[in-house]
Amino acid sequence: MIAEIGLALLWLAGALSIGQLVMGVLALRSTGNMGAAYASAIRPTAILQGLLVSLSFLCLIWLFLNTDLSVKLVATHSHSLKPLLYKFAGSWGNHEGSMLLWVSIMAASGALVALFEKRISERMMIATLAGQAFVSIGFYAFILLSSNPFERLSPVPVEGNGLNPLLQDPGLAFHPPTLYFGYVGLSIAFSFAVGALVTREVGPAFARAMRPWVLGAWIFLTLGITAGSYWAYYELGWGGWWFWDPVENASLMPWLAATALLHSVTVLASRGALKAWTVMLAVVAFSMSMVGTFLVRSGILTSVHAFAVDPERGTFILILLGIYIGGAMALFGLRANTVTEGAKFQIVSREAALVANNVLLMALLAIVLMGTLYPLVTEAIGEQVSVGPPYFNPVSAIFFVPMLVVMAIGPMLRWRKDSLKRVNMPMAICAMAAALALLALVLLAPDAGLLPSIGLILAAGLAVASLYPLWKRNLRRTPLATYGMVVAHLGVAVSLAGMASESAFTTERLVASDIGQSHEVAGWTVKLEGVEPVAGPNWTALAARVSAKSGSNIVMLEPQSRNFVQPFTNTSEAALHTEWMGGQLYAVLGEQGQDGRWQLRLWWKPFVHFIWIGGLLIGFGGFLSLIGRMVQARRRPVKETEEQMASGVAFA
Amino acid sequence: MIKAKHQRLIMIVGAIIVLVIASLLAIYALRNQASYFYTPSELGSQNVEVDRAIRLGGMVQNGSIKTADDGVTVNFMVGDGEAIVPVTYRGITPDLFVEGSGVVAEGRLAADGTFVADNLLAKHDENYMPRELDGIDKSAIENSTAASSIGGSR
Repeated sequence: MIAEIGLALLWLAGALSIGQLVMGVLALRSTGNMGAAYASAIRPTAILQGLLVSLSFLCLIWLFLNTDLSVKLVATHSHSLKPLLYKFAGSWGNHEGSMLLWVSIMAASGALVALFEKRISERMMIATLAGQAFVSIGFYAFILLSSNPFERLSPVPVEGNGLNPLLQDPGLAFHPPTLYFGYVGLSIAFSFAVGALVTREVGPAFARAMRPWVLGAWIFLTLGITAGSYWAYYELGWGGWWFWDPVENASLMPWLAATALLHSVTVLASRGALKAWTVMLAVVAFSMSMVGTFLVRSGILTSVHAFAVDPERGTFILILLGIYIGGAMALFGLRANTVTEGAKFQIVSREAALVANNVLLMALLAIVLMGTLYPLVTEAIGEQVSVGPPYFNPVSAIFFVPMLVVMAIGPMLRWRKDSLKRVNMPMAICAMAAALALLALVLLAPDAGLLPSIGLILAAGLAVASLYPLWKRNLRRTPLATYGMVVAHLGVAVSLAGMASESAFTTERLVASDIGQSHEVAGWTVKLEGVEPVAGPNWTALAARVSAKSGSNIVMLEPQSRNFVQPFTNTSEAALHTEWMGGQLYAVLGEQGQDGRWQLRLWWKPFVHFIWIGGLLIGFGGFLSLIGRMVQARRRPVKETEEQMASGVAFA
Repeated sequence: MIKAKHQRLIMIVGAIIVLVIASLLAIYALRNQASYFYTPSELGSQNVEVDRAIRLGGMVQNGSIKTADDGVTVNFMVGDGEAIVPVTYRGITPDLFVEGSGVVAEGRLAADGTFVADNLLAKHDENYMPRELDGIDKSAIENSTAASSIGGSR
């Protein structure tokens, strides 16, 4: 019964989204009483749509929590013995459910816009909600016509199939929704861009309405990527933290576009410059989130992430992708000439630095996109290739390095017009920090490798540079948004240092060990104390007890080799020990050889945890910024632009 | 001083130049760095450069898996019914790496004709396997009568 209610709610919400689009178009085209009638109906429609589809998703969660095996999706992806958390998370840990989650978040966001957004004109609001409806119609059609999550199964099976054990992890339970929040936020940003283009009102008001969505999406993408990377690091047991896997790229590409958009929307909101550029980036960011969804959902790629392997669905998504991206580009092309020229600035100014930074981000995006799509293209002409780190690392570094330099200098510059001479001092201080790092490398680690060395040197310079905006300022009166920028930029430096340190200084030890035997790895004496069977709720495992000793510090590690019952699968559970000011010791248990020895793989990875600490800092910086903007918007809702324009205050 | 109109133009042209350079670099690097997928018979018939990153896919031959004395180096044979290539791998093998099943090895060809693998991809579970193994598993099932260890369910 619940399944039927969920499906009915979903159909209703889909119908409402069509109504929302039609009403929006009519409201913009007709005048007088009819126009006003349509216009007044569009907000309630958007709110109702959000409510209905959210209820529909709640129905699905209910079905999963109660393991209703008469529903096909539950039977194929759940199991009555599964822990409660994974029953809950299982509702989106599959193709159909995750698409329903996607559209629920989008519709709920549309409802929030309709409820709370007051800064934009009524016409732009109507066009924005119509744009949001246009995007969601495609997703409703996709779910209802080719991926119905509420489909019944007959006869009803006695037990479900279970969830892929690799996905049974608390971190991963919340990984997909986090990324979806990011993707959806960018689609809302895109809806605003559509609204602004249609009504020819590309200006600071539009940028201020769009900014929280971009910032929010960016925070979620940052956290999602950070969490995904850490998950891959400890769950796959390969010791790597980024594999340039197409699915990782699918989340990185929208992030790169969102990072560029985030910076240019700030310029538009507070300076009135970069109008056409910001709108174009909004289109690109949305396109990338669609490409991301397409890559993951179409089943065109085979990996743990690809739930659907169904050519029909792939074609459907490809058509949607074509309509959305093509439509967005066409709208931009038609209306770009109506975007008025923005405020002017000189070649040496903070605006120009942001533009340079944006262009370099776009170059990185192009490189990642081409590397991701290349195997698909060659496969179409009958050749199978895979593209990995030998391509991505050096090619992206060519653009990443100058981007970091611009990132260090940009925040030192004034808006509109400045000279490099004026910032000689801070630049020299940063260069000194970088030079110290270089000296330390030459003396202590001459064979660290080119890219890691460059990374460490730049990280040192950038870390110092990122603090500069707080120099000689009244720290109490500094806006929260400025703190946000400082923290986020510092986070980039911290993360970069972690990446460089990990790739330069990791020590690996691979041994076949008898029980009681000791092994040395980077100053740790690691001893295999024993191997014992243990059991969990839906798995059994062999667990090794490994003691690791460094000086007076003794820690116990327990890597496992797990056998899941349903579906029948093996996974290795790596064991980690973190020294906060040192690095991580990483242990993986392999197989037992015929001579009775156990394979043991050990790594010492100096400062590897900085990668994710940096990622969290970046996200936290975004969060500070978002709070700062909200407080600021409440304090002075209308006069903001004029004041800033007149005073020329440097806003981050 | 540069006029505003020119400044806008410089910005756009600069942006286009950077993006074009990025694309050209990407194309150039992709042609050189993409690792190609080979079957054992292709590896025999085509001239593959030594030390170039490639992938080798095929079936692990029955009775060929041998663990060296150090307990962590595995030597085995990968074949596709026509040719057989010796592979050596140092590390923990994937859980579903067994004789008679499909495997994709990432690595490079050594001068003596051995394939040195840095990484082995085997089927993770019944839903997941490297894309390249699709065709191989199917043909193996067709050619072999004793295909009990191969579960090509997808």
